[in-house]
Amino acid sequence: MADDWLPPASLTPSARPVLFPGEIERFLLPSVDLVAEENPGLTPLRSGLLIITSHRLLWIHEPSVSGRSMPLAAVIHVFPMKKSVRSMFASPRVRIQVAVGIDGKVGEKGTRSEVITVVMRGKTDPDVFLGKLWEVLRAKAWEATQKEGSDEMERGESSQMGTRVRMPVVGVSGILRKEQEMWENTDKSLQDAFQDLNALMSKAKEMVMLAEKMRQKLLSGPSSHANSNDEDIGSKQDIQDWLLSVGIVSPVTKESAGALYHQQLSRQLADFVKLPLEKAGGVIALIDVYCLFNRARGTELISPEDLLQACAIWEKFDVPIMLRKFDSGVMVIQNKAHSDEEVLARITALAMKPDALRMGISSTDAALILGIAPAMAKEHLLTAESKGILCRDVSPDGFRFYINLFKEIDPRDIYFAKADGIIPAWVSAALASA
Amino acid sequence: MQRLGEFKLPAFFNYPPYFTLQPVRETREKQVQLWKELILDYCRNQKVFVVGLEEDFPLFSNPVIERSLSHEAKELFLSALVNEGRAEWMDKGHKKCLILWMRIQDWADYIVNFVKENGFEDSVMTVEDIRSGFESRGTDLAGIDRSVLMRALRLLEQKGKAAIFRGTSTDDEGVKFSV
Repeated sequence: MADDWLPPASLTPSARPVLFPGEIERFLLPSVDLVAEENPGLTPLRSGLLIITSHRLLWIHEPSVSGRSMPLAAVIHVFPMKKSVRSMFASPRVRIQVAVGIDGKVGEKGTRSEVITVVMRGKTDPDVFLGKLWEVLRAKAWEATQKEGSDEMERGESSQMGTRVRMPVVGVSGILRKEQEMWENTDKSLQDAFQDLNALMSKAKEMVMLAEKMRQKLLSGPSSHANSNDEDIGSKQDIQDWLLSVGIVSPVTKESAGALYHQQLSRQLADFVKLPLEKAGGVIALIDVYCLFNRARGTELISPEDLLQACAIWEKFDVPIMLRKFDSGVMVIQNKAHSDEEVLARITALAMKPDALRMGISSTDAALILGIAPAMAKEHLLTAESKGILCRDVSPDGFRFYINLFKEIDPRDIYFAKADGIIPAWVSAALASA
Repeated sequence: MQRLGEFKLPAFFNYPPYFTLQPVRETREKQVQLWKELILDYCRNQKVFVVGLEEDFPLFSNPVIERSLSHEAKELFLSALVNEGRAEWMDKGHKKCLILWMRIQDWADYIVNFVKENGFEDSVMTVEDIRSGFESRGTDLAGIDRSVLMRALRLLEQKGKAAIFRGTSTDDEGVKFSV
């Protein structure tokens, strides 16, 4: 029989599971075998990472970036651990009875059942694993998601509008009342959320939804008022997009991942950073990533050290990004495909514009035009300087960079004016200002 | 073209980075080279022999672009000339620099030519005559720095082409050429 008795799980390129909406990781367990001991026809799955989420059991083989998934809905029974002298010396085993469909694959609409043994080869306490498994099985989070999915269409806008007679929203008092209402709701959610940590876990989804709703409000709000200009909306939208649109519903936490924490965090970060990296043009300052990542993680904040460690582990994985430290000490994350040549070409083009020839460019100018942070822009300019493309000008006006004319001048004849090249372009630009 | 008195300045004199010491080695070397050429050119053209670092030297600032050299930069560029034998520090504090826009050997040759052209072979001249006499007008010897002239004359003396007579004061020092 084939080895595809468990349906494949979809993974990110960094071997992190792609979770369903509302699905949360609860427990991670390294070095786990899945064996169907009573049916040798099913090929055992050897030494993978087992993840218990609120919806599924996931088995991931990281080196080959492949994984299997088993819906918790298919679990019929979890056998209690057998305490025997033998079990004290062998790897702990937990046996689970699951439903199997006609096609021989595990699924919730099964006709037969199969007993699967989870063999834990790592140094894990099997009781903790069993406890977590029971917890998620009892919570039946998958049922809630299914119901919600079917209800969503019917509810729509009407339920929100109908439940309460809305006060007229007119003028400053209207706005204030609206703000007040919003804060009261938020405050209530926060109070509920902090009652205890378990409640916080169940509230996590609501918090993300709340954030999403606030984003919508902020976006739709100003556009209906005539007194805010377009630029304002644009920048607001940018900020909103950056900060809120990338919510991570299931953050890897020290609690859920244990010793695997940094590895899993590293993989999650690799997936997360893709979008901001693209927007920033291939290089992004580590400090910016720290802010964005923590914002996306909501309440599960990570420390700067954890972030640095997570970045350092990338070297061991096959991920398309890397950590880079500039001579000045500034650290950035950049695409491996990102080439300095491309940035240098853009800076050269920038420095050759008539204005730049005449006045030079500051790191602020470059940041604006290249669409990157000023600290990053300065690093790029300094790199260009070290390659002999630019020269510096330090004066009371500030620190500016000019295209390098020195290499164009013939020291044996300092008055000789070349007919083509950079110097005539610079001379004509410089004369235009005089 | 921008001018400094009679002196025609090169285009890059208005290039702001020319006045900031460049940190990148290759660029710095080129910058130093261009400054050496310009200083020698200017001094030759304007008959300047001594450059004081703490006095205003027209070449070291450009009011058009509002840039001027730092003290460190001035000293670096002049030191580069000193290293090539085209200048000499006149004091330990590096406050004044003697610019040899013609080397002492070249000055000696120049004097020999001057003597021959004016028929001063085997005649006696005072040192002051050479610096400000009628025959010197219009030549590079007019207004020559006294110490530079004396060193050139002593070089000629060593070669047996001149004899210096020391008088009671520096005013009546004389020289007899025998070229």
